[in-house]
This record gives sequence, C-alpha cells and structure tokens, in this order.
Amino acid sequence: MEITQALNAIWATRFAILDGIWNTIQISLLSIFLGTLLGVVVGLILTYGHIAVRVVIRIYTDFLRGTPVFVLILACFYILSVIGVDLSAFQAGVFALTLFCSSHVGEIVRGGLQAIPKGQTEAAMSIGLTFSETFFSVLLPQALRQILPTWVNTATEIVKASTLLSIIGVVELLLSVQQIISRTFLSLELYFFAGFVFFLINFAIEKGGRYIERKVAIPN
Amino acid sequence: MSSELLQIKNLHKRFGDLEVLKGIDLTMKHGDVVSLIGSSGSGKTTLLRCVNLLEDYEEGVVAVEGEQIGYKNKAGRRIRLPEKEIARQRAMTGMAFQHFNLFPHMSAIRNVMLGLVKTKKMAKDEAYAIAEKWLGRVGMLERKDHFPGQLSGGQQQRVAIARAIAMNPKLMLFDEVTSALDPELVNEVLAVILDLAKEGMTMLLVTHEMQFAHDVSNRVIFMQDGRIGEEGPPQEMFKNPKTERLSEFLKSSKF
Repeated sequence: MEITQALNAIWATRFAILDGIWNTIQISLLSIFLGTLLGVVVGLILTYGHIAVRVVIRIYTDFLRGTPVFVLILACFYILSVIGVDLSAFQAGVFALTLFCSSHVGEIVRGGLQAIPKGQTEAAMSIGLTFSETFFSVLLPQALRQILPTWVNTATEIVKASTLLSIIGVVELLLSVQQIISRTFLSLELYFFAGFVFFLINFAIEKGGRYIERKVAIPN
Repeated sequence: MSSELLQIKNLHKRFGDLEVLKGIDLTMKHGDVVSLIGSSGSGKTTLLRCVNLLEDYEEGVVAVEGEQIGYKNKAGRRIRLPEKEIARQRAMTGMAFQHFNLFPHMSAIRNVMLGLVKTKKMAKDEAYAIAEKWLGRVGMLERKDHFPGQLSGGQQQRVAIARAIAMNPKLMLFDEVTSALDPELVNEVLAVILDLAKEGMTMLLVTHEMQFAHDVSNRVIFMQDGRIGEEGPPQEMFKNPKTERLSEFLKSSKF
C-alpha cells in the first residue's frame, strides 16, 4: 500500500521533485566544472610554481581538504556575508563545493604531472618547444588520461556533497524530498527514491568517465 | 660566422659540490663525427646535455655556429637567456635519448610532426610530408600510425631519431642510444646512424659500443674524471692508446 502511496505522492509533487533534481544537477555540474578549472591551475602551481606561491597554495589545499565540506558550506554562507560579500544560498553553496573540488583536483593534477617521466619534458625541449607548448602538447594530455578515473571519483563525491546545501536552505533533491516527507510521512519510500536518483546521477557520471577513458586510451 | 660548428671552451659544470666537468675544450667542424667514450661518471652524458642546455653550465662557453648557447654577457655579467630564446637555440641541435622518450600518446608520425608544427610553424600537411620522408629514411614508414607502445625498442629509437632529424638540426646529439636496447635490436639503430654519418651529418655521440665508435667517428674523445683524457682518430686511439687509463678502459670494454 505504502508503495502506491509513495508513487502517488511523488507523482503529485513531481514538479517540486524535478526542480530539486535540476538544482542538484546544476549545483554539481557547476561546482565540478569550476572546481576542475581552478584545480588544474592549483595543480600547475603545486608542480611548477615559485616556492613562495607554492607554499600559499599548499596551505590552501591542505586546509580545504582537511575541513569538513559541511563546515565549508556554512562558512561560505555565513562568514562571506559578514565581510560584505552577499551571495545567495545557491551561490555560496556552489562556491564552497568549487573550493572543495579544486583542492582535490589540484592534488590529483599535481600527482599526474609529477608521474610523467622527466624524459618527456627533455624530449619536447630538445625539439625546441617552449614550456607552455610542452605543457599543453606533451604533459597535460598524458596527465589528464592518468587522472581521469580519480577525477570521476571526485566528481561523484561532489554530487553526494551537494546534499549538504540543504542545510543552508537550497532546495536540492534531498531537501525537496524531505519537504514531501514532512507532509506525507512516507520517509522510507521517499528516502529510498532520493537515494536511487543520486545513484543514477553518479552511475551516469561513472559510465561517462569509462566511455571517455576507452575513447582516449593509448593503443599498446 | 666561424667555420667551427660547435665550439666548447673551458666548460665547467657542477652538481652541488661535485664538479663533473672540469674545463672541457672541444671544437667540431661541419661533417665531423665525434664519439665520447669513457667509464660511467666521467662526464660524457653531462657534456652532451650541456650542448643543448638540458644541463645548465656554470662557467665557460658552448657555442653553435658562433652563437653562445643559453647565456649572454652583459656588462661583464653572465645572464641566462629568456626561455623562448633558449627554445630556439635548442632546435639548432637534435637529440636522441637512451630511453627514446617518444610521446606515448601520439602516433609515430605525430611524434615527428610535433616539432615541425610547433617550433617551425609549418602547416600540418607540409609537416606530414616531411615526417613521412624521414620515417621512410629510418625504415618506419609502414608503422607511421603505430603508437610507441606498439613498437619494439629499436623501432621506437628509429622514430625518435627521425623526430630529431626532421627538424633539420645543424648537429645531432646521440646519448647512449643503444644502451637500453635488447642486443638483437642494436644493429638496426646503429645502421641508421651510420647511414646519416655517411651523408655528412655532424654528430656528437656518447656510446659504449666501441666497435661502432671505431667505425663511425673521425675523432674519439676519451673522458676521464670530467676532463678530456685523450683524443684522436679512432684507428690510432684504439690501436695505440697513449695513456694507461685508456688502454685499461679499452681492455675492460673488450675491444
């Protein structure tokens, strides 16, 4: 009986739920995209940056990776407004997740770049490539292939962490479902439904990642 | 322009407290083939790597066609050239490495094309034609679309040589190019180098293949503790070594 009830409840509130799903997808994609861009820069600095800049960025990544995402979200929402940066809950949440994502991607990119043998850079330099040409043609393509699986993992973590935005009132999937539960008390069924949708989103990301991995695999 | 292609004067190189090159003088003319021999740690590879500034040097001059590599003197002070300038100078020489260092994510032909497109700013189809020509010369044309991981060590090294030569360098540097190869693959690579030497390519080689050094070079330099121990034409050097150290070295290398 509860299953039918739950399905009815979901159907009756489908637009609210779809809004929630759409918000979750927006938050996740934005944070992953911006966090990855920023993360590549962070990784570059960690690998090749001047020692002084490197130390600052090192502290940045260690601090962000050592802080619960939950705390980051609260900090971005409450502290930023105190210092005069007025962000909506959505913006503050995306900002927090972007920082979190960038610290992880930065560390992954650093590892990927440092794993490339020195001979690759030397070979590129010996045919007259400048550092940036070497980076974009030789180092980055190899590093990206290597970090892809770990990066996909980080992306799925961001999707899961997006649920924490409910605490500052962003109506993403989890909060939209919670609002329905508070009216219908179908907690088991609806939480299960929410979990299933999160699984589907991450499943799609992982499948997409595998597909790209196969596409760009180096023949050997 | 001086008639000397390569001029090295009083070259010093240190790694921290360790001085690995203690004042090297060496000149090469167009068409010269010079082999550097000597035991490991004698400074052969470091000397080679100073020529295209894969190693910085602290003192002395390395000049290709009269142009000092890597540094200039300004008001009596030695200044490192900007990165772009050094990149241009590096393209004056070509280098083949012990471990080939092909770019694993590119096919053989794209490996050869990269420098032509990026450094020489050639159009893709022009670069493709030149890359095909040189892959043909090293006997790798049929495998131009193979990736390095699909090639044997000898084949990879031949592609790597094509990648360097295609840039039309004034001087080729070979750094122990057969040391990482299985014995049965050594000859195919040496044959390519010998072929290039016959055509008048100027080369500086570091090698452990004494017979090859004997056959290919018109001058052999025996390095010893960061200095030139002995040098001369190969026939003389190998038959009548003047120093005790060289004759011992030749005996231990079973020449």
